[in-house]
Amino acid sequence: MRAGHDGLPVAFFVQEDAPMLSRQWIHGWLLLLPALAFIFLFTHIPAITTIWNSFQSTPRGRRPAQFVGLDNYERLIGDPVFWKVLVNNLWFALGTIPVSIALSIAMALFVNRAFAGRSLVRMAYFTPTVLPLIAVANIWLFFYTPGFGLIDQVLGAFGHGQTNLLGSPDTALGAIIVVSIWKEAGFFMIFYLAALQAIPPQLAEAARIEGAGGWTIFRRITFPLMMPTTLFVSINAVINAFRLVDHIFILTGGGPDNASSLLLYYIYETSFRYWDTAYGATLTVVMLALLGLFAIGQFFLFDRKVHYK
Amino acid sequence: MSPRSFPRGRAIRLESIVKRWDDTVALDEVGIDVAPGSFTALLGPSGCGKSTLLRIVAGLEPASAGRVVIGEDDVTTRPADKRDLSMVFQSYALFPHLSVAENIVFGLRTRGVKRPERQARLERVAHLLGLEALLERKPAALSGGQQQRVALGRAVIAERSICLMDEPLSNLDAKLRQTMRTELRALQRELGFTMLYVTHDQVEAITMADQVVLMNAGRVEQAATPGELYERPATTFAARFIGTPPMNLIPAAALGEVGVRLERALGLAVQVGIRPEAMHPARGAATFEMAVTGAEYLGADALVQGRIGEAPVQMRVPGHAMPEVGGTVAMSVAADDFHVFDAGTGARVATPDPASLLARTGFSVATQGAEAPISNQRTP
Repeated sequence: MRAGHDGLPVAFFVQEDAPMLSRQWIHGWLLLLPALAFIFLFTHIPAITTIWNSFQSTPRGRRPAQFVGLDNYERLIGDPVFWKVLVNNLWFALGTIPVSIALSIAMALFVNRAFAGRSLVRMAYFTPTVLPLIAVANIWLFFYTPGFGLIDQVLGAFGHGQTNLLGSPDTALGAIIVVSIWKEAGFFMIFYLAALQAIPPQLAEAARIEGAGGWTIFRRITFPLMMPTTLFVSINAVINAFRLVDHIFILTGGGPDNASSLLLYYIYETSFRYWDTAYGATLTVVMLALLGLFAIGQFFLFDRKVHYK
Repeated sequence: MSPRSFPRGRAIRLESIVKRWDDTVALDEVGIDVAPGSFTALLGPSGCGKSTLLRIVAGLEPASAGRVVIGEDDVTTRPADKRDLSMVFQSYALFPHLSVAENIVFGLRTRGVKRPERQARLERVAHLLGLEALLERKPAALSGGQQQRVALGRAVIAERSICLMDEPLSNLDAKLRQTMRTELRALQRELGFTMLYVTHDQVEAITMADQVVLMNAGRVEQAATPGELYERPATTFAARFIGTPPMNLIPAAALGEVGVRLERALGLAVQVGIRPEAMHPARGAATFEMAVTGAEYLGADALVQGRIGEAPVQMRVPGHAMPEVGGTVAMSVAADDFHVFDAGTGARVATPDPASLLARTGFSVATQGAEAPISNQRTP
């Protein structure tokens, strides 16, 4: 009967199984509900609200927010500070990412060998990661302090005059970059160390017998086999370059003349110091779009070159 | 590949090699001579130091003391790539991110061989090992046997005079292992290099090698041809390690009156070794009476467990001639099949004329013409 008549069996099944199916369906959604509620509450709804806000004016006093179309985006294009912090941020990314990755690979290679006190060195390299960025900034503030900071004391011993690395527009961004590298390299080192330990030592031995020296082994074996780690680390580094601004609060406050201000710091200032929330939302949308583009670009760029196991 | 392109294999001489790790002695005064162009197997149980020895020859591990001489040169302190040798690892150690072709020519590239030359050699090696269709693949897309061939290709393309192999077949299934044994041996013969081959599998060592170096606990137990190792084991360890099931070792005292007389004639406490396949049901005078305690039927032949005096022994008999469990069988053993070992040191006791010695001490041994140990023929 079930299979014998065209059309009928299907309807028959649905009728029979419908209560079962819908109960499973309800159970499934109930189980998902807590996680869904949180992800919507804290991620999706704020993101959509931000995008919506970027098309509105900032509400002030008795004047509520109005739809203004692309006005905020036009203002952004004409805003010299926006371009300044964007360029700063690009220099910041270019300054921190390659150096911190290179440094972390070098440190990982170093502490991957057996020597006395290895764990101590590993710990020392990792310490900056454990410290909060605010604390790191305070330590470096002492290093940079004109006159009696560590750097000036060392330079002073060689007869060099006072420096004001954080106070001069030419060096402020560089000084911030150095702090970020110091903070990040140890974190990335851990990933590279794990990657190095996953490479069987026989590969290097086989290469040695075939006449490869240390540099050739690194270039042709070790580095290519660590490519998945490099992809992961570089995406994280790019995100961090746009995300970590805590030290700017302590060290420079974005100055002098926005010389060390970054995009996220500018967003903070716009939104919470000047309470221009609509323009802040617009800047945020631009930043999210940029980060999304970078991440997609990196995946496409690296994908052909990465060997996954 | 034409043989002319290959230099003849070179000799390897190891002189009193010692390797220590802190307090443990991994290798204790190991001395080995490997003839040029020969196939030498380093055989032993795991942890006996055979792989460490191979790594010392390769230059991957420094020796604590002793000399490594290859050909005429003392290479003890030379780095691995200056010893003119290649190596196949147990794990194959293929570079997972490089294609088969890139893996094979890796060494040629690092040594700056020009592209046309590399390509020509790659074609010859790929043809020799049947890898032509796989050259563009990554190692992960190959079967175990194919990966093994790629590792071989990487080892032979440089045309070195010595090739070292560290248990290269242990990751293959039994059937493939058998095929590869034949192929490896043929390859080594054709190319003429000296082979030093580490294995824990006595079958591999015995079937492939010209010389087997049997190692135990960091020492050489015996270095001999496979035939010699089987027929004249130098120690009780060698006697038990080679042959399946292992040789029966019976304390002479367990043999009663004749055993006592044997020990008196030799002037020391001894163990008598008899291979399971050397014992035959007696037709005439019996050498021993054996109490049968169990039997396993294996098809062509059968293993019979039992006791001679107090000593447990195993005997291999034709499958159709299984004795009954619980009874006793009379067995005969030929004089040449008696091995006598010093009960204290385990070393072989030389018996220049075993037949007359045994006759004097009261063993009634079988004369020539004992039955073949493995036989499918039914006696009429």
